[in-house]
Amino acid sequence: MRTHPLKRGVPLVTISLLTAVLAMVAAPFVGPTPLSMRDVFSATQPFADNMDAQIFFLARLPRALAAGLVGGTLATAGVVFQALLRNPLATPYTLGISAGASLGAMVAITFGAAIPLGLPFGGVTGASLAGAGLAVLVVYALASARHSGLSTTVLLLAGVTMNAFFSALILFVQYLSDFTETFRALRWLMGDLDVAGYQPILAALPLVVLALLAFSWLARPLNLMTLGANAAATRGVDVVRSQRVAFFAGSLATGAAVSVGGPIGFVGIIVPHLVRLVVGADHRVVLPASFGVGATFLVACDVLARTVMSPLELPVGIITALIGGPFFLYMLISRTRAI
Amino acid sequence: MRSARCTVLGALVLVLGAGCAVLGAQSKTPASAPARIVSLIPAVTEMLFAIGAGPQVVGVSSFDTYPAEATTRPKVGGLFDPNFERILSLRPDLVITYGSQDELVQQLKGTNIPSSTYRHGGLGDITATIRALGQRTDHITEAETLAQTIETGLADVRQRAAGTPKPRTLLVFGREDGSLRGLFVSGGVGFLHDLLVLAGGENVMADVPREGLQLSHEQLLVRAPDVVIELRGDGWPADRRARERAVWNDARIPASRSGRIHILNDSSLVIPGPRVVHAARTIADVVFLQAPPR
Repeated sequence: MRTHPLKRGVPLVTISLLTAVLAMVAAPFVGPTPLSMRDVFSATQPFADNMDAQIFFLARLPRALAAGLVGGTLATAGVVFQALLRNPLATPYTLGISAGASLGAMVAITFGAAIPLGLPFGGVTGASLAGAGLAVLVVYALASARHSGLSTTVLLLAGVTMNAFFSALILFVQYLSDFTETFRALRWLMGDLDVAGYQPILAALPLVVLALLAFSWLARPLNLMTLGANAAATRGVDVVRSQRVAFFAGSLATGAAVSVGGPIGFVGIIVPHLVRLVVGADHRVVLPASFGVGATFLVACDVLARTVMSPLELPVGIITALIGGPFFLYMLISRTRAI
Repeated sequence: MRSARCTVLGALVLVLGAGCAVLGAQSKTPASAPARIVSLIPAVTEMLFAIGAGPQVVGVSSFDTYPAEATTRPKVGGLFDPNFERILSLRPDLVITYGSQDELVQQLKGTNIPSSTYRHGGLGDITATIRALGQRTDHITEAETLAQTIETGLADVRQRAAGTPKPRTLLVFGREDGSLRGLFVSGGVGFLHDLLVLAGGENVMADVPREGLQLSHEQLLVRAPDVVIELRGDGWPADRRARERAVWNDARIPASRSGRIHILNDSSLVIPGPRVVHAARTIADVVFLQAPPR
């Protein structure tokens, strides 16, 4: 394995994180409605009567922050799952967590009346978190049932099976639901960052922070674990514990991100590979840089989502796939040629 | 309660899936009036019963709940899952399908059963469809009487609204429970938009040439509706309705400030059938209702 010295990594990480912050700050200035910036930042006008400020602070800023949080979180979760499963095709959604979250959301959308949740955010957010939690527990129970540690093979197979199983349940719930519900459910699956306030972000933030703290602890063990479990163990890594932490923290991050924006695709697979192509494989660099690049990417995609067809919304998941897919292929091919 | 929900939203499906043709292409021209009709559209079923063709109806869609007599007929599936075998077993001599049920129409062509396709359109198409059904089922006089009653009723509502200021209104079909996310609203096309305009409201999304669209929070603030009408909440208990209504309190739009948020849970409102005058009156009442004190 080639490891880049941190000397080169630190500036790249700094640049990516600064770009992300810049993107989140700049994004609210762009939008379908022309805003007077003098009004937006007016100290004299009361906020309740200041529509420009309301659009800026209540509609656009929360969206930009949500996009940054979700994009960064999905990208880092992708890095962790690729390292944990030692599989470059792994995504945050490989282990069925998003399918579980989606099932929760579908149930809440279809049978909303039956779930009287006294939460500060919508019942769909809570239900998707609950669904993600359920999926995590089932997959973990399966993968650790007959092994002292986590078997990555069983983890992968259990995850793929749970994905299929939850997808079947999602279809079943959709079949029971009615047209507007089916439409809203389908729309939820395409990803939507129009959070209409800060509550969904605040609800997910503690979970994301917890997961990111775990990721920072994981960086070194993950570096060694990519060599294989035995090689890592001989270098003093508690492999089983690291796998557990990676699995639960990655799942927590994924569940939190999906509860905010729905299962937005591609961010969790393109960004990690893109970042590795540039900065190498050292997780101490790849993880924070992926957060910055993922955040920037999704903020940019969401700006397109809300402007391109305005006043209609374009689902952000469609944009991430349309831009991300070809761009990733281009990077792959041009890099391969260079090598 | 569940079936009531199904009905309302099932009807809404049809409203939203609308085109503009009315009672269209007949695959075969029958010699006499049909005696065994299967209707796959709740609005058409209602019309048939209202013009006195009820006794000729032998099968209805899974979403039919009105009139009560219609519920006694065998159910043959819905928009997406019509049951061809059950339809055949009823030995119909006319099947009225929805415009998008191409597969069913093809299947029926293979038999000797005549079929008519129907699509929801605008408000004016309702009476046109009723008259066409009257012709087809040999209830011309009843159909004409009903159509005229509806036209007079609608004209009364239009008259009442004439000359009054037009409150800027947002018509909501769906959203995430307990939050303002995922707002799904009426654009400037279709029967519900027509009803709102007739009732004296101005649709804030009238410039979008679609039946329904997802509304972003930014657009909600920009469009700043004076009145919000939510056509949902079928069978909700009072406390849930109050809770969902309170969600709007945080929205910084004129309707929230004046308290003009109305959640209407009346399944007839979204069915473009004979009860449309009642729907128009209900919406007119809400549009012109004085704001309750905050």
